[in-house]
Amino acid sequence: MGLAKGSPRTGFYICHCGTNIADTVDVDAVRRHAEELPGVVVSCDYKYMCSDPGQELIIQDIKEHRLERVVVAACSPLLHEATFRGAVERGGLNPFLFHMVNIREQDAWVHEDRAQATRKARDLIRAAIRRVAYHRPLERMRVGVNPNTLIIGGGIAGINAALNLSMAGKRVYLVEREPTIGGHMAKYDKTFPTLDCAACILTPKMSAVRDSRNIVLWTYSEVEKIDGYIGNFRVQVRRKPRYVDEETCVGCMQCVDACIYKDARFPSEFELGLKKRKPVYMPFPQAVPPVVAIDPKTCLHFKTGKCKEPCKEACARDSIRFDQREVVEEIEVGQIIVATGFQTFDPARLPQYGYGEFPNVYTSLEIERLVNASGPTGGQVLLRNGQVPQSVGILHCVGSRDENTNRWCSTVCCMTALKLAHLVKEHTGATVYSFYIDMRCTGKGYEEFYDRMMREGVQFVRGRVGEVRDWEMAPEEEGKLVLRVEDTLAGFVRRIPVDLVILAVGMEPRADAEAVQRMLHISRSNDGFFLERHPKLAPVETTTDGVYLAGCCQGPKDIPSAVAQGSAAAAHVLAMISKGHIELEPNTVAVLDDCSGCKTCIPLCPYHALTLNEESKKAQVNLALCKGCGTCAAACPSGSITQNLFEDEQIDAEIEETLAHV
Amino acid sequence: MPDPPAKPKVALYWCASCGGCEEAVVDLAEGVLSVLNAVDIVFWPVAMDFKRRDVEALADGAIRAALLNGAIRTSEQEEMARLLRRKSQVVVAFGACAQLGGVPSLANQFDREQILDYIYAQSPTVVNDQGARPVSAYREGDRVATLPEFWRTTRALDQVIEVDYYVPGCPPTPKLLGQALATLLSDELPPKGTVLAPDTALCEECPRKDSKPEDLSVKTFKRPHLTPMDAALCFLAQGIVCMGPATRSGCEGLCIQGAMPCTGCFGPTSRVRDQGAKALSALASSVEGKEDREIESALAGIPDPVGTFYRYGLAKSLLRGKVGHLCSDRPESIKTGSMESRL
Repeated sequence: MGLAKGSPRTGFYICHCGTNIADTVDVDAVRRHAEELPGVVVSCDYKYMCSDPGQELIIQDIKEHRLERVVVAACSPLLHEATFRGAVERGGLNPFLFHMVNIREQDAWVHEDRAQATRKARDLIRAAIRRVAYHRPLERMRVGVNPNTLIIGGGIAGINAALNLSMAGKRVYLVEREPTIGGHMAKYDKTFPTLDCAACILTPKMSAVRDSRNIVLWTYSEVEKIDGYIGNFRVQVRRKPRYVDEETCVGCMQCVDACIYKDARFPSEFELGLKKRKPVYMPFPQAVPPVVAIDPKTCLHFKTGKCKEPCKEACARDSIRFDQREVVEEIEVGQIIVATGFQTFDPARLPQYGYGEFPNVYTSLEIERLVNASGPTGGQVLLRNGQVPQSVGILHCVGSRDENTNRWCSTVCCMTALKLAHLVKEHTGATVYSFYIDMRCTGKGYEEFYDRMMREGVQFVRGRVGEVRDWEMAPEEEGKLVLRVEDTLAGFVRRIPVDLVILAVGMEPRADAEAVQRMLHISRSNDGFFLERHPKLAPVETTTDGVYLAGCCQGPKDIPSAVAQGSAAAAHVLAMISKGHIELEPNTVAVLDDCSGCKTCIPLCPYHALTLNEESKKAQVNLALCKGCGTCAAACPSGSITQNLFEDEQIDAEIEETLAHV
Repeated sequence: MPDPPAKPKVALYWCASCGGCEEAVVDLAEGVLSVLNAVDIVFWPVAMDFKRRDVEALADGAIRAALLNGAIRTSEQEEMARLLRRKSQVVVAFGACAQLGGVPSLANQFDREQILDYIYAQSPTVVNDQGARPVSAYREGDRVATLPEFWRTTRALDQVIEVDYYVPGCPPTPKLLGQALATLLSDELPPKGTVLAPDTALCEECPRKDSKPEDLSVKTFKRPHLTPMDAALCFLAQGIVCMGPATRSGCEGLCIQGAMPCTGCFGPTSRVRDQGAKALSALASSVEGKEDREIESALAGIPDPVGTFYRYGLAKSLLRGKVGHLCSDRPESIKTGSMESRL
């Protein structure tokens, strides 16, 4: 066993991995080969290196043989690098004076010829033993975690996450774009499959947000800029003026009654234009905060400057503030939960369904408002002419599962359509047709609800409706909307006349999802929804540490899933806050003083870890953001960026030795 | 009577070079006089009448410093390099050709026959009806005329002999030469292998540095002689290839001041093994297009990538030259790094 002059004392370990490696690689031959290499003082094989006795071998040898380097040939570093680094550390050696060789996934599992696979293993371990000599001890960096959290979006997912964190006594900044929190759920009438009233279960949560001392609620506000990194984000929030003092307004509505406009004449955003509001308005009676807002686009004071301002007079608390200005708040938070939600598909993109053309074609969301007792019609489903519909057609998959619009299944519209079928039937007694492609009722109690609808006499037609037209071809079609559809179970094309058409519209990413993505440096999947870090095992995290996803901004989901994801995101946040610090792997880059400031590296960093120091005119790296991808080190034209564990001499040594016998 | 204290002996020699490095010495202007006062020049064929036998007559190690410029292409150049190595305490590779192979090493893209064919037959200006070719020995009667051998490749000086220091540039500036001489004559010599110039890239001292945007997003590369240029804006920001980010500083941006981009003659910094590859990888990262078509149209502006990125350093690059002809019939004892020797 030769110890070449200058070669550090190295321990080499090769794992059989049961038979995973040993079946294809002659483990003993590789062990004997290593024995002869410069610096190797221990060369040893073991059935399962990752097991406790396997790790103990390393720990003992470090002490006994005064090892200075350790190389383990086993499985993928992804699986056990941390394990072996831990063992090396427990042996009293810096964990980075270690290198792992993957002879399972990259050798045993992909080859059949035992001789060749053994030769490859020999080449790989030789390279590793040469390389590890150039390793230097490295230290993990610790960064503190600011315990405050930013939640973007006050729908049910964001609300739930905020309440979870507040329950734990943590400060939350909940930022909502609209004048009230509640999101889409606030617009729904009943929830499937239990048919409990959405408002009844949501509004207590909204009130809890308002009452929580730990939640800073900023409605009518938007996050404008985010800098920093996990544990230490700096955020700018733009708070739009609502021209009402939030501190003093109690939502008594005196101002609304007093408004110079005697009648409400502007479309209400909350009611999707189905109802009118005044320039000073409350989005809906249970809005949180219960504070009115003034719309400067319609308010006479702002439009002409010639209003007598009776609202101001009517307000007993002097809350009307025409001079309110936009404010930019700056906050520091440790982590961010993105819960920006979705938008519904605009069915005007499918002109064959006549939305916007025929007044009695509605979206499912509009019908939610119509069936709602506090909605624009007081809960009556009426045609535009005020009559009660006798027959109703509900179209599934509008803007879902369609190559021409959105390819994905929006997952909740089948259940929404079934629920609306029930509610419309209940409210009108109409004959309800439901046109579906496949009935997707996969939640708890969902299939049972579908069964119930079949028993209640909803007419199910399997087929995607081709068009909605008002051309009559028979007396019974007169004055009706005619749905042309291929009934794929009956096997022929049908014409079904109805009074009212409901389009069960799918879910889409928000129109500004790309801007949010850029601001947060997260990714989006092909469908445009924000991308989770791993589809199975990290569905709430993103590729940016400290930024989590909750609710439909990540993809279509029903309320229970959105709530669960909100709680899951909160759990991640709490875990990090409890830990109190973040340990950063030291496989980061370093910018040398020799940097010429050419800026080549700066736009290349996918994590925005590199910036130009304005004083020194040289690049600088934020180690908390650096993930060690090496892009900058490879691109630096003057070689002034080095990367720990991937230094040139380490890589050169590895390549030379790998190719030594080629 | 004891000899007066001897001035240090200095030799200057040129190999495969254009003569520009010799000019650099003359460019010292009146400064050359103080050099002449300080040293005893024992060999400088360009300017003084010394013969090879005068050098051979010196004791080994008698010369304090030999400054060699030019690459090594012929047997004579190699012999002279070895002779001066033996006679000198310190050998300096002076200028880009000696340091990196220089422009002459661009010939490593072609084998010897291709080169001779072109020079003695195909070149449009050649008149050679007899089809004459150089031979190493020509006998006429009892007289033999000889020519040096033309080796298969061009090599940098340290690929032939051990080199102690390097002075970069095509040619080195008088200022660098003056500093190098001062260093060599001082008592404290820098570590062997040092390049006697700053070790940062040219951007550091570029007058246009501040005008370089963070994100270049190059759409098309333009050639300096085919495009109107902004006199103050970073060349790269104008889509003109500038080797500055990948090139050692020390020239004080002479070309930039002359309204031309850097072509890389000072070679890479000490931390870079292959200047061309580094420049290429940095520039490739700055191309805006991601589709094949866009990339191709951007690259159309660089018709000669080797000549652009390896103009001064092909011999010392990882590539060394065109794969396929370098390994065969190579002159003996090429001194290279271990990795290069395997490529």
